[in-house]
Amino acid sequence: MELRELTALELGAAIKRGEVSVKEAARAALDAIAARDGALNAFITVTGERALERADKLQPGARDAQSPLYGVPMALKDNICTKGVRTTCASKILGEFAPPYSAAAADALEGAGAVSLGKLNMDEFAMGSTSETSFYGPVRNPWDLSRVPGGSSGGAAAAVAAGMGWYAVGSDTGGSIRQPAAHCGVTGMKPTYGAVSRYGLIAYASSLDQIGPLCRDAADCAAVLDALMGRDPRDATSLDGGYGRLLEGLTGDIRGMRVGLPAECFGEGLDGEVRAAVLRAAGVLKGRGAQVVELSFPVLEYAVPAYYIIAAAEASSNLSRFDGVKYGWRAERYDGLTDLYRKTRTQGFGAEVKRRILLGAFVLSAGYYDAYYKKALQVKAVIKGAFDEAFRQCDLLLAPVAPTTAPRLGGSLSDPLKMYLSDIYTVPVNLAGLPALSMPCGFDGKGLPIGGQLIGPHFGEGRLLNAAHAFQMDTDYHKRAPEGGNLV
Amino acid sequence: MIDVKLVDYLAGLSRLELREGEKQAMTAGLEQIVAYMDVLNKLDTAGVEPMSHVFPVKNVLREDEAAPSQDRGELLAGSPAGDTEAFLVPQAVE
Amino acid sequence: MTWETVIGLETHVELATRTKIFCSCTTEFGGEPNTRCCPVCTGMPGTLPVLNKRVLEFAVKAGLALNCEITRYSRFDRKNYFYPDLPKAYQISQLYLPIAREGTVSIRTQAGDKTIRIHELHMEEDAGKLVHDPWTGQTRCDYNRCGVPLIEIVTEPDFRTADEVIAYLEKLKETLQYLGVSDCKMQEGSLRCDVNLSVRPLGGGALGTRTETKNLNSFKAIARAIDYEARRQVELIGEGKRVVQETRRWDENKDATYAMRSKEDAQDYRYFPEPDIPPIELSQDYLDGLRGAQPELAEAKRERYRAHYGLPEYDCRMITSDKALAAFFEGLVALGAPPKQSANWIMGEVLGALSARGMEPKDMRLTPPTLARLIERVGAGTVNRNTAVKVFEAVFDADGDVDAYVREHGLEQVNDNSLVRDAAARALEANPQSAADYKGGKEKALGFLVGQVMRELKGRADPQAVNAALRELLG
Repeated sequence: MELRELTALELGAAIKRGEVSVKEAARAALDAIAARDGALNAFITVTGERALERADKLQPGARDAQSPLYGVPMALKDNICTKGVRTTCASKILGEFAPPYSAAAADALEGAGAVSLGKLNMDEFAMGSTSETSFYGPVRNPWDLSRVPGGSSGGAAAAVAAGMGWYAVGSDTGGSIRQPAAHCGVTGMKPTYGAVSRYGLIAYASSLDQIGPLCRDAADCAAVLDALMGRDPRDATSLDGGYGRLLEGLTGDIRGMRVGLPAECFGEGLDGEVRAAVLRAAGVLKGRGAQVVELSFPVLEYAVPAYYIIAAAEASSNLSRFDGVKYGWRAERYDGLTDLYRKTRTQGFGAEVKRRILLGAFVLSAGYYDAYYKKALQVKAVIKGAFDEAFRQCDLLLAPVAPTTAPRLGGSLSDPLKMYLSDIYTVPVNLAGLPALSMPCGFDGKGLPIGGQLIGPHFGEGRLLNAAHAFQMDTDYHKRAPEGGNLV
Repeated sequence: MIDVKLVDYLAGLSRLELREGEKQAMTAGLEQIVAYMDVLNKLDTAGVEPMSHVFPVKNVLREDEAAPSQDRGELLAGSPAGDTEAFLVPQAVE
Repeated sequence: MTWETVIGLETHVELATRTKIFCSCTTEFGGEPNTRCCPVCTGMPGTLPVLNKRVLEFAVKAGLALNCEITRYSRFDRKNYFYPDLPKAYQISQLYLPIAREGTVSIRTQAGDKTIRIHELHMEEDAGKLVHDPWTGQTRCDYNRCGVPLIEIVTEPDFRTADEVIAYLEKLKETLQYLGVSDCKMQEGSLRCDVNLSVRPLGGGALGTRTETKNLNSFKAIARAIDYEARRQVELIGEGKRVVQETRRWDENKDATYAMRSKEDAQDYRYFPEPDIPPIELSQDYLDGLRGAQPELAEAKRERYRAHYGLPEYDCRMITSDKALAAFFEGLVALGAPPKQSANWIMGEVLGALSARGMEPKDMRLTPPTLARLIERVGAGTVNRNTAVKVFEAVFDADGDVDAYVREHGLEQVNDNSLVRDAAARALEANPQSAADYKGGKEKALGFLVGQVMRELKGRADPQAVNAALRELLG
């Protein structure tokens, strides 16, 4: 059996049946990391020994395991705290920070029998769309090493695409799960805001951040979400969505489901091959009995500015705690308290993080709050209202994830505004707190994966996953894997 | 609207230092981004209640029941400058 | 020119909850540095605040007691600034929608009655403590106090004198203690006060530039700082200089205020709604419930004691000066003890015993039934007043049994008239000179003779009865 070709659920079943040991699975993943991660740089920290020890510990319980993911090797984005394991947010400023606690999500997966392989590379503090802003170096796209994997959960998407683990858990503030999933040809989901506890997720923008899975297919996403979701008393914004078991809802029956195509998401700025692939996806869904509805989402153009105002404002506050006093890295030379703060933060943060901190300080500062921050919160309300209206006309929306396939390394950071604008199809979802997923729906002429985005109403995870599952029953884009990457 | 003086002020608030060259580039970058954000002014939001929380969730409270605190050694273990009892900073008390 | 001082107060009060406002660490005062901390209150990355139910309840109770409008839809905001006592580099507070607004507090000073307007009352978290270590030149950060719940009560600039300020603070303290929402101990920092002060020519007009004075640790310090700061501002203006809007610190040793190094960004806190805490929406039922459960406050008690029990103003004030003391008084009266006698016992023996032991009334073990029994026996004449004081001392610490003590120590009042008469006769026989003096017109001699009889009867006789017996025998 070629383990790499199995989904997480298939591997979990094989482990339960005793056909594969937990350790064999962990070894296979660690071998893949050893073979490929030198080129990809998807991991910041590999915890190989821990993983093997954990595998030994789990093995006796395999046969009677309740969790379908028992014994399955995976990895966490490095902004999810793991007790005793370095958690860096891909920043210099966190240094060797080893939290004295684990994130709720990490605990939940441990409870589901996960074997963690380590911590995944990302854009520094999840700020970026390319995974190039990491202090630990850029992540490369397994489909083409000259290209970025998308971001900010680029390490997570690259790891899953390259077979370095069967699933990964990332975070999505403005598209950080969906966009790298699209660029790397994996299935990734951002759940409803509050569906997964944020306790222990190092905050970028608290009102937008949400943890979610990156997997081989929709069924794996459902299984991971079944383990992750639920109300957590440590996160006051977490909710009980009353989901039941998502995995059991994957019937593939989407007859009568109304799939809305927002006209504005297929207009100017969208790459022709991406447009064609997403429209073909609509056809596939139609072929399975869905109804395709065209509708309008007139406020799309306001989403990016509103998003960047809110995200930067919250980030400027959230990142103030990194000051060289309590944890992480401290500048070596400084003169007095204020200088300690300045030197530590100036040397500890990268350029994109600084840009967003300054932008956030600006939109909140005296005299500008009403014109920018308050205005953005009003726009957020308008966008939420536009989605409410859209979901009166359809059950879910189908849109592109990103305007293009994965760009080349080094091409994005020099023009931050252009990079921000590429988030246009993903950020509205975060502003409205909605669930959305990205599924592979084709390849462009260069052989790069294209992602299609399904967006649902609050707590609509089951509907989204079932639609993606139906799509994946009739297509095989999600089953294709990069062949070692195109070396340049 | 964004000029070097304002960027200096924001950097001060944020406890960041920008070198001269950096400062010019940052000013230009922020200027461009903020100018773009002005597109929001096209949207009439008069009378729209600013939405700070996207869900109508409210009154999430915990009981006033004590739980053990964290071991001090664990809390201080990651401190870049501390001893076994406290975090240390340069003189901060007037 | 005559000047008028205009003062507004910002008072921070630590709430008497068991745990911190956003985490489950204890709020107990003291403790080794950083032992009452967790990842939440030390601002570790990824941790989140969850509001303590009782903090909300206490804040609403305080708002109601200060006659405030309670904000039905309220929220928390972040106040951003860098300082090592604030590990998140923002304080979770309330700017836009404070829990209570527009209240009033009525005060009484020698100058008369006055109403002070409350601008707002909001919830927030306390910061940590910084201790400078002169040996190493470093400042040590102790986060035990981080996250202790506070309410900040902001008045309008309605005060004109230090007397009014003190009267307000005393009233505030009394009210909050009665509510049970704070112990208001200034020495432990659970009540802290910042004074905003400006001066202007008497007769009104626009407010002058104000200063804010901090580090006021006692009522005395507040009064002195107000006097100092008003004088300083008047002198500045007299010299043709301007008052600078700034934060000043009271130096207890120098009896003066001095300007604090201005925090660079003190004016720009970049407040915004706290995304980690969902809003608070209070139902009518919730408010009605708390309103209905509000305890009777000191002022109402004083009024009732005057009206129902006929107690003098002084007694009413003394007894209501402490909630536990008032409860003790009401316990006595409920058991049938006469109000005035109860008041006398409390103001005399009870307060004396407490002060001799350095105790607070709430920590007293003596219960109303015990003292009520003692008062009853004095009233019934089975223990005399002097003996009763001894019994009181004996039973005070462990709430002992009055009857058992009296019995075991043979302290019952001698009410047998023949015994008293015999003792009186013996005293006259033993002290003929005194008897003669009395007969010769020296009233004082009788006192000596009464003392002799009481001594013989081990103090158990009723002094009135002894007096009468002696007079009778002396003809």
